[in-house]
Amino acid sequence: MSFWTRHQIFEKNSIILVVGILLVIAIGGLVEITPLFYLKSTIEAVDGIRPYTPLELAGRNVYIREGCYLCHSQMIRPLRDEVERYGHFSLAAESMYDHPFQWGSKRTGPDLARVGAKYSDDWHVTHLTNPRAIVPQSVMPGYPFLRESEVDTDTIADHMRTLRTVGVPYTDDQIANAGADMKAQADPDNAGSDAFTKRYAKAVVRNFDGKAGTPTEMDALIAYLQMLGTLVDFKIYNEKANLR
Amino acid sequence: MSQPSISKSMTSGESGLAVVFAVTAFLCVIASAKALDAPFAFHAALSAAASLAAVFCIINRYLDRPAALPPAEINGRPNYNMGPIKFSSVMAMFWGIAGFLVGLIIASQLAWPALNLDLPWTSFGRLRPLHTSAVIFAFGGNVLIATSFYVVQKSCRVRLAGDLAPWFVVVGYNFFILIAGTGYLLGVTQSKEYAEPEWYADLWLTIVWVTYLLVFLATIIKRKEPHIFVANWFYLAFIVTIAVLHLGNNPALPVSVFGSKSYVAWGGIQDAMFQWWYGHNAVGFFLTAGFLAIMYYFIPKRAERPIYSYRLSIIHFWALIFLYIWAGPHHLHYTALPDWTQTLGMTFSIMLWMPSWGGMINGLMTLSGAWDKLRTDPVLRMLVVSVAFYGMSTFEGPMMSIKVVNSLSHYTDWTIGHVHSGALGWVGFVSFGALYCMVPWIWNRKGLYSLKLVNWHFWIATLGIVLYISAMWVSGILQGLMWRAYTSLGFLEYSFIETVEAMHPFYIIRAAGGGLFLIGALIMAYNLWMTVRVGEQEVQMPVALQPAE
Repeated sequence: MSFWTRHQIFEKNSIILVVGILLVIAIGGLVEITPLFYLKSTIEAVDGIRPYTPLELAGRNVYIREGCYLCHSQMIRPLRDEVERYGHFSLAAESMYDHPFQWGSKRTGPDLARVGAKYSDDWHVTHLTNPRAIVPQSVMPGYPFLRESEVDTDTIADHMRTLRTVGVPYTDDQIANAGADMKAQADPDNAGSDAFTKRYAKAVVRNFDGKAGTPTEMDALIAYLQMLGTLVDFKIYNEKANLR
Repeated sequence: MSQPSISKSMTSGESGLAVVFAVTAFLCVIASAKALDAPFAFHAALSAAASLAAVFCIINRYLDRPAALPPAEINGRPNYNMGPIKFSSVMAMFWGIAGFLVGLIIASQLAWPALNLDLPWTSFGRLRPLHTSAVIFAFGGNVLIATSFYVVQKSCRVRLAGDLAPWFVVVGYNFFILIAGTGYLLGVTQSKEYAEPEWYADLWLTIVWVTYLLVFLATIIKRKEPHIFVANWFYLAFIVTIAVLHLGNNPALPVSVFGSKSYVAWGGIQDAMFQWWYGHNAVGFFLTAGFLAIMYYFIPKRAERPIYSYRLSIIHFWALIFLYIWAGPHHLHYTALPDWTQTLGMTFSIMLWMPSWGGMINGLMTLSGAWDKLRTDPVLRMLVVSVAFYGMSTFEGPMMSIKVVNSLSHYTDWTIGHVHSGALGWVGFVSFGALYCMVPWIWNRKGLYSLKLVNWHFWIATLGIVLYISAMWVSGILQGLMWRAYTSLGFLEYSFIETVEAMHPFYIIRAAGGGLFLIGALIMAYNLWMTVRVGEQEVQMPVALQPAE
């Protein structure tokens, strides 16, 4: 029986055809995806990575909601020009708590993986409100409305609880104080600031948008942008330690 | 036809679905009242209204219909079910124009950023997913559902399976589009490209898609032909694989069942790999396998020639679906994804060139002995040019998946140009060709209202595509080269904003190209509208003259 005659089994039985399709399309995905969950070399061991603070998390959700990822990548490739332009190439560990990841696929604007601490908060407020006030050739939309809407300090703990279920290691302490921590991070005079910085290493406490009162979405977004890429100290990072 | 005097009663499908929708309406009202955020309240209210409308339509349809359901055959010939196909065809044209228009708007926003209006719901970041979903899933999806329901009936010589089920598929799918699209404008997104809809829209799509698979499969199972026609293999692979991809990429945990926000189960690297396994195969199975099915039915039909090689189509089919699944990692070259995965993705992407061109050859060579028809039939010309664009972008794709090429092309407009040579040239043209063929067939018209207008559409749209993709080639390569340019002293030559500034003229050319493509689609909509409105009725042929299927 020739190959072509044998093939008739697929042409004459719809269920066998469906099973054949399922088997054939399963292989590639299984081979490429499953090892990523158990191969130790996939995510390097590195100090300093922590989950987002409540305010940063809210800012990240604004970043997602406004579709920032469509024009800004967060993934610096190990190419000479990128490392010189943006900083050390991105490590897998730096996005391990990102649900979902924000690597992006297009750079209509520059990469933001290490934008943290590069510009002042004032610069960000002006730029996000009207990008062309600070960069005349920019094609970025303005987001003046962010400074007018307050973040929700009541539900953020639920968000952190959900993230813990999908694998982000938030502690009970962090979840219990989520709403208060959110206010504390945007207000240096807040009594809870010290306790907050103990809960989140390297977290920055500032009034990001320069406005008093409950933190705004502008506070949250800038808090997020200002921490991007700042968690790993590359002066002491030893990439040889991860060779296996 | 004389009805036997059976007492009229609701089928279990009618009563069951009416009850399900009534319960859904009730639950949606509760969800709307308890909603944590405004978009969720809006979507729940919309779903409640749609469920009530569904109950009303089901009961109304029951009251209007004769006691017996439409017969599967009339006088020994299949009684084809054309209603859902007509609905999907109209929706395809509507969403196509909407999607092209939003594309033109966002292209213009990149050239003139003041058009963002600084409002949340008109900014680029929210309109861009609206554009991609409207053209891929709304326009493309409706074309695929309409043509697949047509092709599976004709090539199996049976009436579509199910009574309400096909309607549930076409209306339910378009309701998913409505929820997804309004969600984007309101800022509801999970930020996974081409899989942006949130958890509740994803759940609804799963139900609709499984029903789609069942209707399609049940129609094949009761076929009158011994063999399953080639086009149906491709449709089946498209439907089955999209279901697998959708389920693999989207598992998410909602923060609350009364809120729109959820967090995806996967994170970081694994999420990136799942996303592009999904993303690339949305291209491979939605935008390729599904539309190849259209090629395998409509080109032979229109050219009145058999498929060039049946054996080539067997190889084409299995090689294509096996290799495509591996190609995802080429979207993640030089990222934190492990090197072995990147290299594997690149290798399979290059191999993928072969089945792609095998398919192209099979489509083009089907015209052997009928090439003269390209001069006289602009619809066939559109179909054939679409296959040529398919060949071009499936050569460009493997080339761009080579790591060194990708180091230049990735993150630039070259990718956008590549996508649009496939989307406008291949998917767009093959869809236009299929609709031009199918609309007169399903509305029982002798032919199109005007072939001359098809000709205008063809040339205006082709010019638009050429402007679009050549502008993006130049801007993409220019951008990539500027990013990596060094001065003689060893410093980076250009700041980032200088590369943005350099894109301006190309963004204007691109918008002009998109505008031409939109004008072409408007001409088409007018032509199809007039075909249905004033077209000459096709006289029912006696069986002997029926063309072979």
